[in-house]
Amino acid sequence: MAFRWTNDLTHSDVTPEAAFLNRRQIIAGTMGLGAIAAGFEAQAEEALEPNSYEDITSYNNYYEFGTGKGDPVENAHLLNTDDWRITVDGLVDNPGVYSVTELLNGLDIEERIYRFRCVEAWAMVVPWNGVELADILNKAGVQENGKYVAFETAVQPENMIGVQRRVLDFPYVEGLRMDEAMHPLTLMATGLYGRPMPNQNGAPIRLVVPWKYGFKSIKSIVRITVTDQEPPTSWSKANAREYGFYSNVNPEVSHPRWSQASHRKIGGGLFAKREPTLMFNGYEDEVASLYQGMDLAKFF
Amino acid sequence: MSFSQTANGALRRVPAGLIYVLVTVWTIWMFYLAASDQMGPEPINALEREYGELALKLLIASLMVTPLRNWTGINLIKFRRALGVSAFFLVLAHFLVWAILDVQTFSRVWEEIVKRKYVTVGMAAFVLMIPLAATSNNLSIRKIGPLAWRKLHMLTYPVAVLAGVHYLWLVKGFQIEPIIYMAVILGLLGVRAVSRR
Repeated sequence: MAFRWTNDLTHSDVTPEAAFLNRRQIIAGTMGLGAIAAGFEAQAEEALEPNSYEDITSYNNYYEFGTGKGDPVENAHLLNTDDWRITVDGLVDNPGVYSVTELLNGLDIEERIYRFRCVEAWAMVVPWNGVELADILNKAGVQENGKYVAFETAVQPENMIGVQRRVLDFPYVEGLRMDEAMHPLTLMATGLYGRPMPNQNGAPIRLVVPWKYGFKSIKSIVRITVTDQEPPTSWSKANAREYGFYSNVNPEVSHPRWSQASHRKIGGGLFAKREPTLMFNGYEDEVASLYQGMDLAKFF
Repeated sequence: MSFSQTANGALRRVPAGLIYVLVTVWTIWMFYLAASDQMGPEPINALEREYGELALKLLIASLMVTPLRNWTGINLIKFRRALGVSAFFLVLAHFLVWAILDVQTFSRVWEEIVKRKYVTVGMAAFVLMIPLAATSNNLSIRKIGPLAWRKLHMLTYPVAVLAGVHYLWLVKGFQIEPIIYMAVILGLLGVRAVSRR
């Protein structure tokens, strides 16, 4: 296990599995316990309400399975994850076609409790399980001129209604700069809440980059390519004015059609207060140095 | 007796007020579902969309009344006012959910209206509907005069186009629903342009 990162959201930020099914009924009852725990855990907690397994797995953006938030949970059972293969190629010493097991061979799965912020101004907290992308890249052996990592999602037109409707130019592609990809926060997740990754969340393996808008965290990966040039990314191809390569969470840089200064926390109900969005989604201390000297309004 | 005569005969027994009853019950029911966590993990946006989409459907329905009569003889004219006024109240509900539950502060509501084009367009449609809703009664028709009243109510056409643009503009990627709505709206206005020649 790498353990280069210590969760700042702790397990008390995640509703226990036994409780999350009727969290809303018992939440009043646990307030007292929470208050006791708060005195214990100092202030790293903030007032972050964790998201239930149900919320995380029923409110998704996975345009291959439809554009509605409830579409993926309804349609993603069609995703065929049998005999999944991931092509690792480009500027690496050990290119090849690997199963998930082969890709993760020798690496231990750890839990990361991350904030998740969608570009549409809503947010969750998700307890992911996975390995650091850096460990996978190190196994692949990144060559010296490898400056970027490109990712690609599976395309199964017969199983994916969004692909049939050409919502985007599929396959969905994403990319990271090498220092972003190697950052200890950057995760290749294979599960959440200790369970295998649900299809609608990007089974069997997906990227999680917690300081960037959710669409950077590409799902159901079939290809990882190390390149020397900035790779194209799906949303930037669809609308370069609205979606840049970096797409770091930044409350000061608005999306052209809506403000990014605050967001709705999923699971808060109809009368939930908006929450202020944090710079780099609250991971400023960890990642701000990656972008030193860059104009973040220009490289959005 | 032709089909349209039979249909019109049956429709005569249906009070127009039924539309208000149905829309009111539906609006309250949707609010209840959202407030009681039965509209998914994120009910604010879901409720906003429910209200906005039914408003658009009712607006389109009101625009269908005349072509339907011309083509099939089925006469829904007595329901048209209820359709239009209901559309207005749903737009009002849509606006209130957006402003109070979604955006939440007055200064930010204003900022969004001025800064975001799809909000500006939606807001323009809403404002243009106010005089229409306010004059949707017999007294106003008499006071303004039927000709001027009809002219005023042609504002429905730009309102429908603005509403269609509002929807087209807010989605991400290539989505089919707002395109279908827009096509229907433009089709209904096109039919009028042609028949007026």
